[in-house]
Amino acid sequence: MNNRNRRLDVVLALGLAAMVLVPWYRIEKGFYAFSWLSDFPGEPEVAPGFLQIFLHGRIWLIAVLFAFGLAFAARLTVDPMLRGKMLAIAGGFGVTFLALQGLAIGMTGFTWTISEKMFGPLADGQPSMGAGAVLSAICFVLMFSLGLAERGVMRGDAFVVATISMLVFLVAVFVFYPIGSMFIGAFQDFNGSVNFDGFSRNIVDPSIWSFDCVIGGARCGVAWRTLFLAIMTAAGSTTLGLAFALVATRTRFPFKKGLRLLTILPIITPPFVIGLALTLLFGRAGIVTEGLSSVFGIEPNRWLYGLTGIWIAQVLSFTPISFLVLIGVVEGVSPSMEEASQTLRADRWRTFWRISLPLMKPGLANAFLIGFIESMADFGNPLVLGGSHGVLSTEIFFAVVGSQNDPARAAVLAMILLGFTLSAFLAQRIWLSGKNFATVTGKGDSGAHIALPRPLSIGLHMIVIPWMIFTLVVYGMILFGGFVKTWGLDNSLTLAHYAKAFSITFRDGSLVWTGVAWNSFWTTMEIALIAAPLTAAVGLATAYVIVRQKFAGRELFEFALMMSFAIPGTVIGISYIMAFNLPPLEMTGTALILIACFVFRNMPVGVRGGIAAMSQLDKSLDEASMTLRATSFRTARKIILPLLRPATTAALVYSFVRAITSISAVVFLVSAQYNMATSYIVGLVENGEYGVAIAYSSMLIVVMITVITGFQLLVGERRLRRENRVSGLAKPILPVLSEEKTA
Amino acid sequence: MTTNAGSVTFQNVRKSFGSFTAIHDLSLTVEPGTLVTLLGPSGCGKTTTLRMLAGLEHPTSGRILIGGKDVTMLPANERDVSMVFQSYALFPHMNSLDNVAYGLESSGLPRRQARQKAEHGLELVGLAGMGGRLPAELSGGQQQRVAVARALVLEPQVLLLDEPLSNLDARLRRRVRTEIRELQQRLQFTAVYVTHDQDEALAVSDQIIVMKDGEIAQQGSPRELYEAPASPFIADFIGEANVVPCEVIDVSGNEATVSIEGLQHIVPARGARPGRNQLAVRPSAITLEPAETAAFPGRISHAAYLGDHIEYEAETSGGTLFIVDPSVDRPLAPGTRVAIGLKNRGIAIIAQ
Repeated sequence: MNNRNRRLDVVLALGLAAMVLVPWYRIEKGFYAFSWLSDFPGEPEVAPGFLQIFLHGRIWLIAVLFAFGLAFAARLTVDPMLRGKMLAIAGGFGVTFLALQGLAIGMTGFTWTISEKMFGPLADGQPSMGAGAVLSAICFVLMFSLGLAERGVMRGDAFVVATISMLVFLVAVFVFYPIGSMFIGAFQDFNGSVNFDGFSRNIVDPSIWSFDCVIGGARCGVAWRTLFLAIMTAAGSTTLGLAFALVATRTRFPFKKGLRLLTILPIITPPFVIGLALTLLFGRAGIVTEGLSSVFGIEPNRWLYGLTGIWIAQVLSFTPISFLVLIGVVEGVSPSMEEASQTLRADRWRTFWRISLPLMKPGLANAFLIGFIESMADFGNPLVLGGSHGVLSTEIFFAVVGSQNDPARAAVLAMILLGFTLSAFLAQRIWLSGKNFATVTGKGDSGAHIALPRPLSIGLHMIVIPWMIFTLVVYGMILFGGFVKTWGLDNSLTLAHYAKAFSITFRDGSLVWTGVAWNSFWTTMEIALIAAPLTAAVGLATAYVIVRQKFAGRELFEFALMMSFAIPGTVIGISYIMAFNLPPLEMTGTALILIACFVFRNMPVGVRGGIAAMSQLDKSLDEASMTLRATSFRTARKIILPLLRPATTAALVYSFVRAITSISAVVFLVSAQYNMATSYIVGLVENGEYGVAIAYSSMLIVVMITVITGFQLLVGERRLRRENRVSGLAKPILPVLSEEKTA
Repeated sequence: MTTNAGSVTFQNVRKSFGSFTAIHDLSLTVEPGTLVTLLGPSGCGKTTTLRMLAGLEHPTSGRILIGGKDVTMLPANERDVSMVFQSYALFPHMNSLDNVAYGLESSGLPRRQARQKAEHGLELVGLAGMGGRLPAELSGGQQQRVAVARALVLEPQVLLLDEPLSNLDARLRRRVRTEIRELQQRLQFTAVYVTHDQDEALAVSDQIIVMKDGEIAQQGSPRELYEAPASPFIADFIGEANVVPCEVIDVSGNEATVSIEGLQHIVPARGARPGRNQLAVRPSAITLEPAETAAFPGRISHAAYLGDHIEYEAETSGGTLFIVDPSVDRPLAPGTRVAIGLKNRGIAIIAQ
């Protein structure tokens, strides 16, 4: 009981602070500038919630005070069930009311006509929520959780209930609210009034839906072109990925290590870089184009700029991802299945077609889905190579930033894009349900995979080797391109691009970062470093809740999270500006919106990693800790977190690197003050400064390779020592364990 | 190490998982300082019972008391019990000493004191000086002892053991179960022990509670269960038995005369009344003599030589009998006609 009172006291104190000590509304110059301190608490802009009610006419906020009052009354209540009920009601009411008043009362008064009719017009509106409002919302969520815990929900475990509530709250605010705003945005005018014109005009727009190309006309609508491209890319990258996976695991290919290195390429490559390199090779002034024209007299043309070029760039970009997925799938086919097939008089050919390939089907579907979604979401390559043949993601961008400036059109296009990716995701889910051929069991599975049929093996090598060389050439171009003066016109070598981007000079005895890239580079590093631990924390907490706790709506929660993986970055970007540009939450132009975007965009990967790692930890470890008097918080901190260290590291590295390389969502959210490396590079490309753009890109790649190798070296060393120390005691827990010891 | 033995009481406890009811209306009492075994086939609810006692599951209805205090809704970390897990659940990233000290530190004991007590705990299970080793560097038996020490140092009112020997090989199992029993008798703590192995249960328990389908099938001392099974299930589950129909002809005092397929025999009466009944006949209580004709004839259908005894199956008019015969020098070939006889011990009327 004391413990319960103590934690409730902390929450109540926080709530009091939220009402009295900090400004209720958003401070224009930024909370952390602390310039508000001089005017606090008198001025209406910076007054705390308590004064807003009584002095500045925000009379509706009295409901917040009422909710806190109810919680305080609960503190004095003895009966635990009644007390829990009061707390849960106070918290639930408080957070709901905060959300509703925020949405209903805008800058100039009521935004909803229904509320205006009910309460009459307001004299004054309110600005966006600030420190006080946000802190109160958090307090209400905590109160709600404490209340439920005291009523015995989740075996009365306040830590678990609070974690679940906070996660649901955060996902609602940062995933569902923006997506919802985007849908509403499609039906709104600039002034926010409801208007179906924009929606109805755009949804039937022939430039989106026309079938002209089928009936011999010029070209099809952008929706069909994007769909066609995505299917072609998915098919291409899945086929190539399978070829690579088979060569890497089932043949005596001599460069398997090199093949595996390919898998880290897509992680460290900013998405438009492949497109850039292709223009250097096949563009009008590209090496190959020029060579062909001088040797064979083939006229240079612009074939690269369009779907073909985008397709090649995307297949190059996403084949490694699909390889990464399929290598696990191919190795996961139990050798004993293939051996059984052979003992049943099937030759290699029949074994491959009738046993191995069908067993890989779910994996292939997964790789196809990833290729499909990645292609749909890809923004960088179409931007560089698309020319006038845009795809949905670039059309969305131009609908917002270009001369059109038509947010309703952007929202409609984003809805179409989201419709495609979510349908693919759902279709795969439905198709896969009941088709789980996971052949990796806990039992030791001896035996070796059989070799491939010879003609197939030769065919695969004929695909894989040229493609590998092609990839190497493309990446070579990226590294080399930064040293060439003006591509195609003046091929002399120079360091000028690097100097322009990354020069440092000493002036008056101090270091001056004079290069044009430094500003965005350091911003990128800063934001990536802040976002990475948050992403890992949110991702692992979610994984913990999903794997270890049973609660109502858990499957829905998991499904919604996994679904957010299928939301293209462009859609996230557009929905974030639509949601966070106006009250109640205003974050555009800040670092906060970039960080929030990265955290909730990259979280699903952290969740997947966490789920995989946590499923391998025996649940009895948690239970043992619980029977040894540890609270669930202590269990999470002392037992689960240390054992999840490899998954944590992976999530950290992944989210760090993704924050550096992503472009599609970022391009909408950057501001002059917070510009990210990728969007800066895209700006360079648009201005035709290819040299500097490529120099900057290769610099990023080098930085990320350094980071990843740094981590791999750490992990690799540990693995060596493990094998020396406890070889032969192979238990799934062991790699983790010995890492702990050497740490 | 001081003892702190408490009693355990379940009052009308019921546990459902969705529509499946694992435990129907369970009531039981464990006296302080005794070792009670929950025994039964898999799925009988014995582990669920133990987990409810630990606080890892909460009953759907009913009350659980530990040391006379109602703990029904208390979470695991606030109960004065500790548990030895089937998988031991040793924290793989902590050495044995830290594992043993973990619960003490969780209870708020200062680190130094916790480690001192933990070292003492390791000594108690014969692992003095092994505190620095990681679980993976210990043998299975040693891991098991660390798990016991980790649970014991908390001086719980009740120690729970969930199939603690199932991960050990057969030889080690016998030794460790003796050690556990000795430790329990020396320190006089209350222990609730879950197993599906009836040998183990007979060897370590003061009381055995046999469970079946979420209910108690029979409860008693090992001797009571073996000598007076309350049902054919108990008779067969505790030490194997041939359940044969019989006719109780006459009861006088403590003895009853029964007729099995015409063969008359005198057994302890145990309150049986004349009439049709069932008899539990242990495999070693049957004798076989080659004979063409007999009061109770049979025919050997199967024989297996097992070193110190031979196992037979014999077809009789009362069904197939399973027989363990120590006279290995005189093997009987399948097909041999035999006269079935009964020894004086190892035969009991199944109480109805």
